[in-house]
Amino acid sequence: MPEVRHVSPRNGDVLVLVGTMKGAFILRSGKGRGKWEVGGPYFVGSPVYALTLDGRAGRQRLWAGSMSWHWGATVASSDDFGKSWTDPETSKLKFPESSGGELKQIWQITPGRESEPDTIYCGVEPAALFKSRDAGATWSLVEGLWNHEQRARWMPGAGGLCLHTILLDPEDTKRIRIAISAAGMYVTEDGGATWRPSNKGVRAEFLPDKYPEFGQCVHKVVQSPAMPERMYLQNHWGLYRSDDRGESWRDVANGVPSDFGFAMATHPDDPDTAWIVPLESDGFRCTPGGKLRVYRTRDGGESWKPMTKGLPQKGAHETVLRDSLAIDSLDPVGVYFGTRSGKLFGSADEGKNWELMVDGLPPVVSVKAAVVSLPRKKAKQSK
Amino acid sequence: MIFVIPEPLRDLAGSRDEVRVDGDARSLADALGLLWTSCPGVRDRILTERGEVRPHVNIFVDGESIRFAAGLATPVHPRSEIVILPAVSGG
Repeated sequence: MPEVRHVSPRNGDVLVLVGTMKGAFILRSGKGRGKWEVGGPYFVGSPVYALTLDGRAGRQRLWAGSMSWHWGATVASSDDFGKSWTDPETSKLKFPESSGGELKQIWQITPGRESEPDTIYCGVEPAALFKSRDAGATWSLVEGLWNHEQRARWMPGAGGLCLHTILLDPEDTKRIRIAISAAGMYVTEDGGATWRPSNKGVRAEFLPDKYPEFGQCVHKVVQSPAMPERMYLQNHWGLYRSDDRGESWRDVANGVPSDFGFAMATHPDDPDTAWIVPLESDGFRCTPGGKLRVYRTRDGGESWKPMTKGLPQKGAHETVLRDSLAIDSLDPVGVYFGTRSGKLFGSADEGKNWELMVDGLPPVVSVKAAVVSLPRKKAKQSK
Repeated sequence: MIFVIPEPLRDLAGSRDEVRVDGDARSLADALGLLWTSCPGVRDRILTERGEVRPHVNIFVDGESIRFAAGLATPVHPRSEIVILPAVSGG
């Protein structure tokens, strides 16, 4: 087994959580984000599609969804930045027998809103949403979505029939939007009891009806924290923007080499800024022209510009998957992405300059970034 | 009956590589039910939520793969050796 290293983050450090096909890694840096310490691998040999840091209610809890080819998928957590993880025996995330479902993969782990610090959501394959109300001690299937009348007609994409995106409306605690490949987006406005498809204006190139009510292969959706009405969507062919919380979408593939791709992120403070990594086509899911280019918009998608400084521009046939692009919350925003060839790139200035943070990882399937906020130690009492 | 536990699951079996179970068991399903009593965490690693043996887990009863016998209905007897092994897959 490989040697496992650990990081020891301090307050204000930046963590980049990297899930790969063979385990998870944790990269740590100070605020300057220039030098990275690498921890891991954790869950050695297992794909880790879902990672997140839950910083609510004084916690600094890592969550990971791993999948053993032999023993199945489990969700685990760590309160010491990976030095120890909860035992898989305690993984309570599974389908109830009556549902007929079998858990294949955990695709997304999303902590609830600040106002509900013990709530966590999980998106899984086969496409379903799980919810925990007790900080992950127990999980329950969101039956309203699982029993949706349209579920029988959802079709799996190349990655399987997966629920990969969970967007919790920051202003309306009953509103959750999810995305499934290939079913499209669904939204609930009653906390999960009922769901309706929400794909108006999103094209399904691979169906006879190009604008169906549902069935789109949505690859990623992001929502502006600063202006929740604003969302961006990377589709299986198609790059979209919404200004009405996802109720309708318009194409904003203006000046990109391809509107096919997976990865997407939006700025925490500026709703007009977003990043994507276009890929050539569904037949050749690599960066166009052998050039590794992150495209950034500063005007809500009216135009996109390639950000290439520090990225290879020759012979770089790279693939960046749907969860492999992430941002941190510092100013300027740090942007990070990983490739299927095991490279991790980072920019500490919103994409202007890039550096290779680490090479030689297993294929990267997920990247998340977070700033460590440890609880303050109690002040020493004077005698 | 003796279950032989593969290395990755031994933490869920009290760090044991073999677990002896006693009780009335006519089939592998019965024997596994006895195993879950002493090692409940092993259950979800061996079976899916539908109660089927995971596709990349192999179980041998007295040297014979249950895939070529009767699956979970494979007969067992009090002296059976039941070996659980990860299949040649994954990577």
